[in-house]
This record gives sequence, structure tokens and C-alpha cells, in this order.
Amino acid sequence: MSTTEAGGRIAIEVTVNGTRHRREVEPRLLLVQLLREDLRLTGTHIGCDTTYCGACTVIVDGEPVKSCTMLAVQADGAEILTVEGLARDGELHPLQRAFSENHGLQCGYCTPGMLMSAHALLARNPDPDRKQIRKGIQGNLCRCTGYHNIIAAIDAAAAAMREGK
Amino acid sequence: MSWTGTSVRRKEDDRLVRGRGLFTDDELEPGMLHLHILRSPYAHARIVRIDTSAAEALPGVACVLTGREVAAQCDPVMQLGPPPCDKIRDLPMAVDKVIFQGEPVAAVAADSVALAEDAAALIDVEYEMLDAVVDAEDALSDRSILHEAAGTNRTWQGVYEYGDVEGAFRDAAFVVRIPRMQFHRFASTPLENNACIAEWKRQGGVDFLCNNSFPGFAQQLLAPGLRLKADQVHIRTYDVGGSFGNQIWNYVYMAVAALVSKKTGGRRVKWAETRSEHLLASGHGNERTYLDTEVALDREGVITAVRSRHIDDCGAYTRYEPLGCVIWSQVLAATYKVRNLRIDFTQTVTNKCPVVPNRGYSRMQQLWFMERIVDICAHELGLPADEMRLKNYITQFPYETPNGCVYDSGDYPAMLTRAKELIGWDRWQKECAAGRKAGRLIGIGIGTTLDSGTNNFGQARIMNPYLPFSGNSEVCTMRLDLEGAVIVCLGTTPSGQGHETAASQVAADVLGIDPSMVHVRPGFDTAWNTFVGHSGTYASQFAVTGLSAVHGAAQKLKAEMRRLAAYMLEAAEEDLEFGTGAQGPEVRVKGTDKAINYWYMANLVNNNNALLDASLADVTLNVRHVYRPPFKVPDTERKFGNLTLTYAAQLHIAVVEVSRETCRPQILAYAAVDDCGTLINPQIAHGQVHGATSHGIGAAIMESLDYDESGNLLTGTFSDYCPITALNLPDIAWGNIETPSPFTYSGAKGMGEGGGAPLHTMSAALQDALHGAGVIVTGSHHPAPRLFEILQKPNRAEAVSVERRGGKQARR
Ligand code: FES
Ligand code: FES
Repeated sequence: MSTTEAGGRIAIEVTVNGTRHRREVEPRLLLVQLLREDLRLTGTHIGCDTTYCGACTVIVDGEPVKSCTMLAVQADGAEILTVEGLARDGELHPLQRAFSENHGLQCGYCTPGMLMSAHALLARNPDPDRKQIRKGIQGNLCRCTGYHNIIAAIDAAAAAMREGK
Repeated sequence: MSWTGTSVRRKEDDRLVRGRGLFTDDELEPGMLHLHILRSPYAHARIVRIDTSAAEALPGVACVLTGREVAAQCDPVMQLGPPPCDKIRDLPMAVDKVIFQGEPVAAVAADSVALAEDAAALIDVEYEMLDAVVDAEDALSDRSILHEAAGTNRTWQGVYEYGDVEGAFRDAAFVVRIPRMQFHRFASTPLENNACIAEWKRQGGVDFLCNNSFPGFAQQLLAPGLRLKADQVHIRTYDVGGSFGNQIWNYVYMAVAALVSKKTGGRRVKWAETRSEHLLASGHGNERTYLDTEVALDREGVITAVRSRHIDDCGAYTRYEPLGCVIWSQVLAATYKVRNLRIDFTQTVTNKCPVVPNRGYSRMQQLWFMERIVDICAHELGLPADEMRLKNYITQFPYETPNGCVYDSGDYPAMLTRAKELIGWDRWQKECAAGRKAGRLIGIGIGTTLDSGTNNFGQARIMNPYLPFSGNSEVCTMRLDLEGAVIVCLGTTPSGQGHETAASQVAADVLGIDPSMVHVRPGFDTAWNTFVGHSGTYASQFAVTGLSAVHGAAQKLKAEMRRLAAYMLEAAEEDLEFGTGAQGPEVRVKGTDKAINYWYMANLVNNNNALLDASLADVTLNVRHVYRPPFKVPDTERKFGNLTLTYAAQLHIAVVEVSRETCRPQILAYAAVDDCGTLINPQIAHGQVHGATSHGIGAAIMESLDYDESGNLLTGTFSDYCPITALNLPDIAWGNIETPSPFTYSGAKGMGEGGGAPLHTMSAALQDALHGAGVIVTGSHHPAPRLFEILQKPNRAEAVSVERRGGKQARR
């Protein structure tokens, strides 16, 4: 994975949802733009311009990252997981299932970011209490649900995952 | 079993949790142009000169559009208000002067968003500053006029008077006077910003993919503006990331995108608003000032009359306004039985972002006002908060209000009982009393509110008698497609309310099949959905208008299927039943295995019709139903008539403590009880209640759109506006009662807006906490700095007065 200058563009290599991609990008390109516009993974959304809403959250090398606040060049060499990479062989991830079963989404615009933050939370702490869940998604805004059912969904998913479901 | 009343898992979810929704900004194709809008940095200024040459010369820029060109190619949008509103010229871009910060001044289309922004930075605009008016009363002095042709900033004025106000004041035992109260400016800010893709068609007309939530209305405004026929304005929506009313008016930006596409010879142009643009120049909620309020009460504390002067601040343009000058009167006296009222209502423009319908639109402001006066009177007369409500609640239904609205059903005392149980009223009462003795600023408050749903558009004529609007309607088409699948198209544009799911439940109940067998097509398209002028998603009405249309269409389809089946099965229609058999959904002869399935019925009509008798020539298995609620045109002279069909209610109780050290209001307990009649999908309905509650709590303690005196928005990013997060919300105890509406086929009431209950409740709880400290809560926004100020300078002496006319005091 080498980084070279080419006509003001910089070559990068990222692995997204298990697939490796090489691209030459403008230095100012944001990771969220790379994902949405270049790789056409539009599940990652944009809801603000001050790193506040979390709609753009993805997992970069195991850490939740607001992809509107990271340059694509900073992700060079990284392993990235987006919402499109959660389901396995078409089967919903337990978090996705729990969001649906608990009505943890209305318009669904915040949902991909919420799922990714929740995913990172459960990787760190498989058995969070409600307070810890609230903390885990404090960087993600939802304007529809009032969070109540999102918290319930993450709680339910954590239980299901602990039971290996 | 009945699917109505069941929490069927949402059909929408699968695509959305996989990240496979289609939101407008997700659409991208090679060759598409990207639009950036250059906006005014000033609230009020003349445009002296615009030089776009450097921007136009930048490689990759397709075109730059200025207000002059817009004015030449586009007609001002129709004004709803009576004179002087007809003199207001509302174009999608400023021409000679700007009247709010963020108003579009030029637009650039380029190969990428970044390039368009780079180019916009090269546009040179010379402004000549004018005085800005940001305060409603200041604006009404007309010292600086926004719309010069109108000659005044006042856009509407009218008096709503009912009963014998003078008499009631003459006979009052107590008169409580509250010189000034203020409802603040905020917006529900859906997480998806406004967006649209426009393509000017060579054949004439324009195509839009957008997140507009009232396309029936947008088409009627855009077509004349763009000098097209209505059907040439082709509007599509798909997934929409929230609206809360705000997305109703983004047609203004759709017009800009359309004109840019036209200028580029028909290239597809995408505009995706940024969050800062959304906060600055999308649409805000109405601000309202209440002056010289007087409340008459009898010796028991029953309110007998209210008179007041209200000033509504609608920002720079009357876009949906002055409709808000009437909409509030749907809930004139809120949940209270007072019959004598006089409200003098005035609206003004100011140099701030135009207002648009915002969750709880215009009624929330009136409900907050009524709740404040009830609550302040209780505190001043020494009456317990719960008793004060119980003395004054409406208890008989249907109830005709003094202005002719009919409250369909409700049980406010039962809601109060339920909410008190949920929160543990007695325990908290004791704790608050003990806490206050010990010097804590702790209180408990009740907020009762209404969510009036299914508008009678005839109320617009109270505001302007010449408007060609009345009633309401919604439409559904339903068919068996070639293979016998049940296909449903709605006239609505959902943005998270689960219409695909709820509609399939209703159709499934009529046909006796499973909701999974009903396919509700997502998205809205003016080219293939049938729709009416009222079609859209707004004003708490889907459960009534949308689902009644679905119900009617399903019955029409069922009637056709029954005739067809009777003929083919050689049976009497009344001997048939609908259900699901081994061959899928079917119609069968009761008690036999003689049946015809949906596939065969569709086949007969569409592919195999020589088998059919001539008497079935009108059976198409493709039906359309328009639901029209039973409304009459209101009496515009008396301002009297039924303005809404259903009245859902909410009752919240909060316990709040203000920290002596930081002045932060902390919610210690919160209970919310809802009544929206019969529930179609309880999980979806409860989700709406949760969302409205969180919006209200956010608005009460965090969110505010503040301007400085020059008209600069001070809270123009999410980091400043501080939308409520999961950490700021308490755990809430939820409850529900059901008083079915007698006016809808299912007993359901429109819901979703929530009537701003937390705003009333938080104000009441803070009133309880701070009354002992000499504070009267006269505003709707309570962040720590405001509470600090008021605690430094308690206002009770100026904020309220009580005249006791010899009668015994109401105190218990
Ligand atoms: S888009 Fe809002 S935090 Fe990234
Ligand atoms: S579901 Fe709409 S923003 Fe969360």
C-alpha cells in the first residue's frame, strides 16, 4: 500500500466491507464522499457539517469514526465497515433485526450511523446498561424516534448476540 | 383476527436497515451537475451589483444564475393572504434586495459540489445595508419595511371574539393579568436536509426527484411559477429522512434547480442543502408574543373568560402564511371549557428566515399560551395544579367549541389519573414540597395538549375569503396486477410514519388476507400515483385521510372481486367469503372448497376475458377511492366552523429540578400519556409519540433559533443549535388510553405532531420549582443561561398581577 502523488491526486487503498479498492483522490476528498460518491455505498448518510449528527458513522480499523470528519487519504490502508457490510449472506445482523423488531427507526436516515455506533459499542462492551447505551450513541442524532426504541433495540441485540443468535 | 391494532413489523425497515434506502442525495450519475447557492450574509440590504464573471470563467462551471434572470423567467409564487399580501413578490431568489440572512442571491452549477462552492466564492456582490427589524413589535412600527410595495410589515390582523367577554370580566371574582409572554423560534430539523434533482425536459416540463412532503401543493405553486402546466411538473419522492412539516416548502429551491437545469439546456442538476444552510434559510417555526393577557375566574378558580393580543412573527416571507393566523383557532381554548374569549391576532414579517409548518404548527403556540395561563392562575390563586385542570377541563364529548370546532372524543381526567399513577404523583408532591423547604428548586408540572388532525382547508377562507380551498381529501388506488398481487398506491409522501405497513394492514383486514400479501408501492410520483390537491403527509391526518382512502379502495376492489367470483363460481354474492386457501388469497363459497384465487381473477380480466359475461364489462380490478371528510365551509364573518375532524390528546407530567449551582434544569421524572383513539399499529403510533416528546423536550430546554439585533443567526450549526441527544433525555414512563373517534371509520384519530406537550409541561414544572423564588414562567425556552438570568432578577412583580374582587380566595 504505497501512497504516490499523481497530478494533485493521491493514490490510496482501502478495504471496505472486505473488498479492496484503489483510488486516486483529491486531497480534500472526505471519507464519506469516497464511500458515497466513488464506491456508491450510499447507506452512509450526511446530516450535518459540524461533526455533530453521526449519520456518517462507519467503523475504521475497529473504531467508530464520523466519516465526514476524516479525509479519504487518512483512511489509506484502513479496513472499513459500513452498514452495507453488516448483513451476512443476506441475513440481517442481530442489530439490524433488533432495530426493526423494536421499531428503532422511522425515516431510517440516522439508522446506518446508529447501527455502526451500536456495533462499536457492543464490540467494546457486550453487556451495556441503558446509561452506557445512551453514552454509546450520544454522538448520533435521531430526529424521529426520541431514542427510546433505539436504546431498547441495542439492548435486545446485545442480549441476542450474547446468546449467539 | 384483525390486523388493525396489531404491531405488524414495518415493511420499510428491511431496505433501510441494510443501507439500501433511496434518499434524494443518494442518486448520482455521470454528467450530473451540482448546485451551490450563494446566500446573503446580511438580513436586510440592497443588492447594488453582482459580478459573476470570475465564477463563470472557472473550468467545470456550467452556469451561474442570478436573481435578475430568475425574475425574467419565473413568476412570483401565489400569495395566500389578503391585501397587502398580494403585493409581496416572492421569487426563489433575491432580485434587488435581500430580506433575510441566507436568502439566495446567485446559484452556481458545476461538475462537483466543491467546484460549485469554489466558483460561488468568486462571485462579487456589492450590498448597501438597510435597517433590519428582528423583533415583531419593532417590525410593526414599520420603521423599516421589508416588502416596500405592501407598504407595511403587517401581513394579517383579525379579531376572534366569542361569547360575552365583557360580561364575564364584569362578573369575575378574580382577574389575573399577564402583560407579556413569548413563544420562541425553533424547528424540528429533520435529519435529512432538503434536496432535489431537477431536469428540464426537452419535451417541455421539468422532472424532480426530491424530498418535498406536500407534492400536491408544490405542483400547484411550481407550475404557474415556472410557467408550465401542472402535469408538466413531474415530482417524485422516494425515501424521505423526516419532514415534520419543514419539507413542505422546499419547492422554492426546486424552482432554482429547475431554472438552472433549463439554463444548461436540460442537464440534470442536483442540489443537496448543507445543515448550516438548512438552519439558516430553510424554514423555522412561528414565534409568538402574547400581550395584555387578562383572565377572568370565578370564586372556585374556574376560568370564565380570556382576552389577549397575539403577535405572530413569520419571518421574511409569507410562504405558507398567513395560514398560521387561523390554524391556531382549531384549539382556541385548548382542553378547557371557557366559552368567552377575545383574541386580537396580528402577524408581521421580520428580517429572519421565513417560517414554515413545523410539528405542532401554530396550534402548539396557542396550546402553550392556554396552558401557561391556567398554570399561572393556579399558582397565583394557590390552587393545586391537578385540581385547577380538573375544574376547567372539557368533559362532555362530542364538544362544540365557542368557534364551532367539534372535539370528537377524549377523557382528560382519565389521562391525568393515568399520568399521575405513572409518575408517582403523591410521592413526588411530597418530595417537591420537602425539597423546596430545604432550599431546592424542584417542581412538578402538568401539560395537557391537543393534536388536532385532518384540516378543513375551508379555514383558509377565514384568513382570506377569496381562497379557492375547502374540505380535505386523500386518495388511494388499488388493483390486482396481472398475476393477482394486490398493489396499492397512496397519495401520501411518508417520511418515517410507516404508511406502507399501516396501509397494508387496513387492506389486509378488508380482504381477509395477510399484510405480506399487500404490496404498497413506496415513494410518490405525480406521473403514476393518482393524487388530489390535498395529497401529502402533514397535519396529523394519515390515520384518517390516508387510511380511509385505503379502506374505501379495498372495499371497492372487494366488491368487484365478489361480483366476478359469484359469476365464475355460479354462487350468490352473499354466499361468498374472502380468505386464504391452498392457492393463495381467494374467494370461496362458504362451507365448500369451491374457490377462485386472485391469480385467476386477474387472469380473467386481463388475459382471458372471453370467458366473462357482458354484465361484468365494468369490472377492471383497478380501483380508485377518494376519501373526503364531511366538512362545510366555515362562516368567515363569525370565524366559526368545524376546522378539524379529530382531536388526539396528550397529557404529560414532569418533575424538574434547577441546579442552584449551574442553573441547569434536570428532569427527574417524566410521564407521557397519549390518546389518539383506536390504534392501527400501536408500535408505530407510540414511536410518533416518542418522537414528538423528544422534540418538545429539546425545544423546551435546548433548541432555539436565536438572532442578534442585526438579523444574524446565532445558532446556525447543529453545534450551536444543540438538537437533543440520547444523553439529554430522561427515561420516560409511557401510557395510553383510547377514546375512539366517532367521526372516522376505524375510531382512529390523526396523530404524530403531538401538540408540543413537553413545552407546556416543562414550563409548568419550572413554574412550580421557581414560583417560591419569585419567578413567573413567561417564556417557552429554558436553557441554563435564561434560568440564571431570571433567578438573578425575579420577575413576579411585573409579570403578573391578580385583582381580587371581594370574593373569597380560591386557595385550598
Ligand atoms: S455528517 Fe453529521 S457527523 Fe458526519
Ligand atoms: S429515524 Fe429518522 S432520524 Fe432517526
